[in-house]
Amino acid sequence: MATTALRRPIESGVPDNKPHLHPKFIKNYGNWKYHDRPRPGVLHHVSHTGDEVWSIRAGTQRQMDVFTIRKLCDIADKFAEGFVRFTIRSNIEFMVSTAKQVDPLIAELEKNGFPVGGTGNSISMIAHTQGWLHCDIPGTDASGVVKALMDDLIVEFKREEMPNRVHLSTSCCEINCGGQADLAIIIQHTKPPKINHDMVANVCERPAVVARCPVAAIRPAMVNGKPSLEIDESKCMCCGACFPPCPPMQINDPEFSKLAIWVGGKNSNARGKPTFMKMVASGLPNNPPRWPEVSIVVKNILNVYKNDGRPWERMSDWIERIGWPQFFEKTGLPFTKYLIDDWRGSRASLNQSAHIRF
Amino acid sequence: MAKKLHDTPQLDQLESGPWPSFVTGIKRLAETNDMAVDLLGQLETSYQTKKGYWKGGTVGVFGYGGGIIPRFTELKNDKGEPVFPDAAEFHTIRVQPPAGMHYNTATLRKMSDIWEKHGSGLIAFHGQSGDIMFQGATTANVQPAFDELNEMGFDLGGAGPAVRTSMSCVGAARCENSCYDEATAHRTVLNNFMDDMHRPSLPYKFKFKFSGCPNDCMNSIQRADMAVIGTWRDNIRTDEKMAKAWFAKHGMDELVNDVVARCPTKTLQLKQIKSLKKGPHISSVAINDTHAIEIDNKDCVRCMHCINVMSGSLATGVDKGASILVGGKRTLKIGDLFGTVVIPFMKLETEEDMEKLVDFGQRTIDFFAENALEHERTGEMIERIGLVNFLEAMEIDVDANMVAYPRTNPYVRADGWDDEVAKINAKKQAGKGA
Repeated sequence: MATTALRRPIESGVPDNKPHLHPKFIKNYGNWKYHDRPRPGVLHHVSHTGDEVWSIRAGTQRQMDVFTIRKLCDIADKFAEGFVRFTIRSNIEFMVSTAKQVDPLIAELEKNGFPVGGTGNSISMIAHTQGWLHCDIPGTDASGVVKALMDDLIVEFKREEMPNRVHLSTSCCEINCGGQADLAIIIQHTKPPKINHDMVANVCERPAVVARCPVAAIRPAMVNGKPSLEIDESKCMCCGACFPPCPPMQINDPEFSKLAIWVGGKNSNARGKPTFMKMVASGLPNNPPRWPEVSIVVKNILNVYKNDGRPWERMSDWIERIGWPQFFEKTGLPFTKYLIDDWRGSRASLNQSAHIRF
Repeated sequence: MAKKLHDTPQLDQLESGPWPSFVTGIKRLAETNDMAVDLLGQLETSYQTKKGYWKGGTVGVFGYGGGIIPRFTELKNDKGEPVFPDAAEFHTIRVQPPAGMHYNTATLRKMSDIWEKHGSGLIAFHGQSGDIMFQGATTANVQPAFDELNEMGFDLGGAGPAVRTSMSCVGAARCENSCYDEATAHRTVLNNFMDDMHRPSLPYKFKFKFSGCPNDCMNSIQRADMAVIGTWRDNIRTDEKMAKAWFAKHGMDELVNDVVARCPTKTLQLKQIKSLKKGPHISSVAINDTHAIEIDNKDCVRCMHCINVMSGSLATGVDKGASILVGGKRTLKIGDLFGTVVIPFMKLETEEDMEKLVDFGQRTIDFFAENALEHERTGEMIERIGLVNFLEAMEIDVDANMVAYPRTNPYVRADGWDDEVAKINAKKQAGKGA
């Protein structure tokens, strides 16, 4: 058999970041003293030697075409110094050595449609997933939800007027790749999976699927003379965990897959310990291309928080002060029985005290 | 010129508005790229039917077992042919970023050229695990695209039951709160596990994340099986000139309400200068001629709040290192888990320190590989077997920093109590002698 020599990969792993660091980062590595923010979207860092660097942060669409990337590179080469970095929320940062470079760079970014902001007490870009664009198990889109929401939230991206920073995320299934956030939008399935029994035996490793179910609702069964799986629908809580290992167990439903809103996640240790977010709303329709019903609820919560939160209170700090009854009262969101946890460890989420605000 | 665009009335509505539009970007690609034309066609279909149409499969590069996310269309006509044939294969190549996600523009331009040549021209900076995601290549083009990226000095990331691509914060390169060299730790640790990344054979995924201080900008406590979070052991440093300038600008209301009152352990106090305490664990700094901030560092939990508010006036100590937390993950299967403290403090300054971190990572992954059930994350394994069993396997002594509070139930067989106390006392004695 004719063989062509296949190229062996160079297993180089994580690349050295030194060639990618702005010269001032190399010079002052580990020797920074403080930073301030001369205006929203701009970080000004000063080192112990007195060196200064300005970082200008701008929003991107994350899923970028090469023309957008080249445009950002052109701006970095002409108006900054040829070095950029990305934040965990897909914002891009341009570094410059003098204060006088800041305004022309901002003007150029804004001229080309890249909003400058996302620093300090702003609403930053939404951490998100792949959605219909690339995921194999999505209940909704990701980039589109984010684009629609950021069109509405861009004003708060460009200023620093929230009580503290606001991190948002979206996730197109309950696995929640978007992650914990001050406010998260996550698919919430409401019906058990629909099983294509003709396919299961060929596609799914049945014991693995049975093991995957968090509530042991799946069991092997013969259906129409073929080995398949069946679901105890009284146990199933519609999480969709069986769908990735067994695509014939379709969980996504154009009508019954809804969107839920979660609030109060915080990864920072600042003030209180890190917190997980809590579900506060569900049943919102999955309504492309702009998901207006979701947008209304999200903006309402953010507005109430903005008006009621004290300086430095993250969403979780604010709710801890005002209490959950007032959160639901002030946001007008209904507190339903589905918001009382019944999973393992859930007693810790009940009010084990006589602490009640009247 | 590419083929004609499909009608996309739904997606077109995402071109208006002030935020940068990914639809406009893909349309620009579609001027010259048929894959982008058909990607828009399939995405528009999803917007209309509210269904996804990708399925996975097996696509890889020679020499590796993972790192490519295969996507084949399931949107077929009656004859079983793809409705959008030029996007029928739309695979993603996951590539590991430099620590801190810094780039020179020459590198980004070169990546763009490679992806324009071999792929759809769509690149995400970055995916939620930190990968650069080169989105959209045919099966045939995956290998040549990877070869060129690999020749640039970039390597595939992780996918499946493997060590995953890692992330580290901007860190020492630009941040005054950096408590260790995040980039070196990230690169040293991960490059030890390339075999476990590129040839997936673990029970499930394993993620490292590196944050330089307890602000945890990498969200490591909620997302990493092993979180390396910078911290310090000595006193908070102070700068009187900056503290006075901060107070002159912000005033008493902000000092009291935003700094003093928000200290989680109330160790930060406002005092008259004449009544300040002195001692090896006290930090204090005058904010005007009569008053000062006083911090008893023994009661400080290193939460970062006061340092965040008064950047420069207050700063981390100099005896720096990291806390190691293990077991963080998202929901499936047993519910969300935070990472919990396993090593309260370790220095990360010398090569030997870094080797100790690598060694701990190695032993954790070895134990995980042998003891976790299929599709079980490290945190779930520890939940199942108990932290003490994990610690004993790791040969780590228990420490009160590992718990929020001691046991609240008596359901424990404690007949080894005296032996444990004797062991602890013997270790204390040996420690004193050394």
